[in-house]
Amino acid sequence: MAYSDELYQQVIIEHNKKPRNFFDMEDSTHNCHGYNPLCGDDYEIYLKIDDDNIIQGVSFNGSGCAISKASASLMTTFLKGKSVDESRIVFEQFHKMVLGEFDPDTSENVLGKLKLFKGVQNFPSRIKCASLCWHTMVGAVDKNETVSTE
Amino acid sequence: MTDTNISEKVSPILDVEKIRQDFPVLSKTIHGKPLIYLDNGATTQKPWTVINRVKDFDSDEYGTVRRGAYKLCEDSTKYYEETRQKVAGLLGTPNKNEIIFTSGTTQSINLVAHSFSRRFINEGDEIIISNIEHHANTVPWQIVCQERGAILKVIPVSDSGELIMEEYEKLLSDKTRIVSVNHVSNALGTVNPVKEITAKAHAVGAKVLIDGAQSTPHLKINVKDLDCDFYTFSGHKMYGPSGIGGLYGRMELLEEMPPYVTGGDMIMQVTLEKTTYAKPPAKFEAGTPPISQVVGLGAAIDYITGIGLDKICDYELELLEYGTEVLSQVPGLRIIGNAKDKASIISFYHDSVHPHDIVTLMDQEGIELRGGHHCAQPTMIRFGVPATARASMSFYNKKEELDALAEAMKKAVKMFEG
Repeated sequence: MAYSDELYQQVIIEHNKKPRNFFDMEDSTHNCHGYNPLCGDDYEIYLKIDDDNIIQGVSFNGSGCAISKASASLMTTFLKGKSVDESRIVFEQFHKMVLGEFDPDTSENVLGKLKLFKGVQNFPSRIKCASLCWHTMVGAVDKNETVSTE
Repeated sequence: MTDTNISEKVSPILDVEKIRQDFPVLSKTIHGKPLIYLDNGATTQKPWTVINRVKDFDSDEYGTVRRGAYKLCEDSTKYYEETRQKVAGLLGTPNKNEIIFTSGTTQSINLVAHSFSRRFINEGDEIIISNIEHHANTVPWQIVCQERGAILKVIPVSDSGELIMEEYEKLLSDKTRIVSVNHVSNALGTVNPVKEITAKAHAVGAKVLIDGAQSTPHLKINVKDLDCDFYTFSGHKMYGPSGIGGLYGRMELLEEMPPYVTGGDMIMQVTLEKTTYAKPPAKFEAGTPPISQVVGLGAAIDYITGIGLDKICDYELELLEYGTEVLSQVPGLRIIGNAKDKASIISFYHDSVHPHDIVTLMDQEGIELRGGHHCAQPTMIRFGVPATARASMSFYNKKEELDALAEAMKKAVKMFEG
């Protein structure tokens, strides 16, 4: 297996080609703009959070590389139905995993299929691509307007 | 590949295989593949002569410059001033005191922007740049405009990446104080008609700065023939050390301009009440300069002038033509910037594979490219792309390396399009 196959797994390629929940949500309760000034990845993340703090809807729109787009796409499919508190835990584990500080193969975790981004840790320049949407999601929950990775 | 194909790819202009042996990094591997270095627009690799000159100088001869009367200092000062003479020769001025050492093009432009403007730019005056400048030739002028109440005007660019000269002429007026444009665009490779730009600016009494960061390694420059007022360059883009570069400035302007960075070495006399300044270039070289880097720059200039800039330019244009041809055969690949007059830079975009994915995938093949906005976001906006991938070629690159790039790109497109 070529080294890059670890990064560009089939699921990532497929989500890049056909991103899920890829639209501007008109009736969102929370949204945030995420931007990586170094490489230009640029997304808006939308959340619909109900009174019980459950994420009822999540979508995104914008442009960027395959890693950032697939990460956002998988995030939207993963977070629907989760509580805001659960989402923060997923974010923390995901972030530590791509930084290489948390190994989902040896530690108990809630990452599920998001584990396929584990290979990102071997590509330091791409860690921000994978984590941008997650930072932006937390920014939306915290009612920030913009999140920058720099 | 047959022998015939190989022989067709050997250039009659330069013995590239021999040249490649001068650059130790070119025999390295990246991820197990032979290194194909195509990010020369960002920074160039160093030949042994530069590496060894800096090492020998640091080992045996290092001392401060301009302020001691002992042997190490005198020798260091001699080498330091010899490099100034070499830069003057490279840029085509007979007066070496018109050459100021800076940390590179960015500092050179900042020096001119801030010093020139304090003396010559007032409220309502106009500054002209173009739509295809590096941020280093954009941001300093925006700040000058904010501080001095001046107005920034921008020369538009055609779809092929050429400055629209009729529009430039319309922007010029008796309010124009300075025109600041690059000689070669780092994002597109366009070679701008800087001699014509200068003549037209002078006709309305404006001064001209030419950002030569991308041109000095590739083209023969003569500032007196161009008749420009300022010309900048970076040592690390012309096979020398990083942290050193310079500025050519017309002496009568350098004399009138106030100092930019102040402190030691740039003074004639200091009392607690008043300071008089040294003459240029010392007036603009406050503090201890990067001495070893200057010595290394001298070795780099010897190296490229030893090959000959005419030959370098001719061979790199051959690479440009070949690279353009093979990359055009990659399905869906669009070259951004198709000016008639181009240097050896190919910027490209693909709808299916984002530039950053291109860079990661090419890196896995040992091919080092730049992907991003190239510190030229207004250029990206103009061409409607978020970023591009860029192959920037040097005389040590080979046509076979461009074949490898085109093949790897075809593979990447297939992988992403399925």
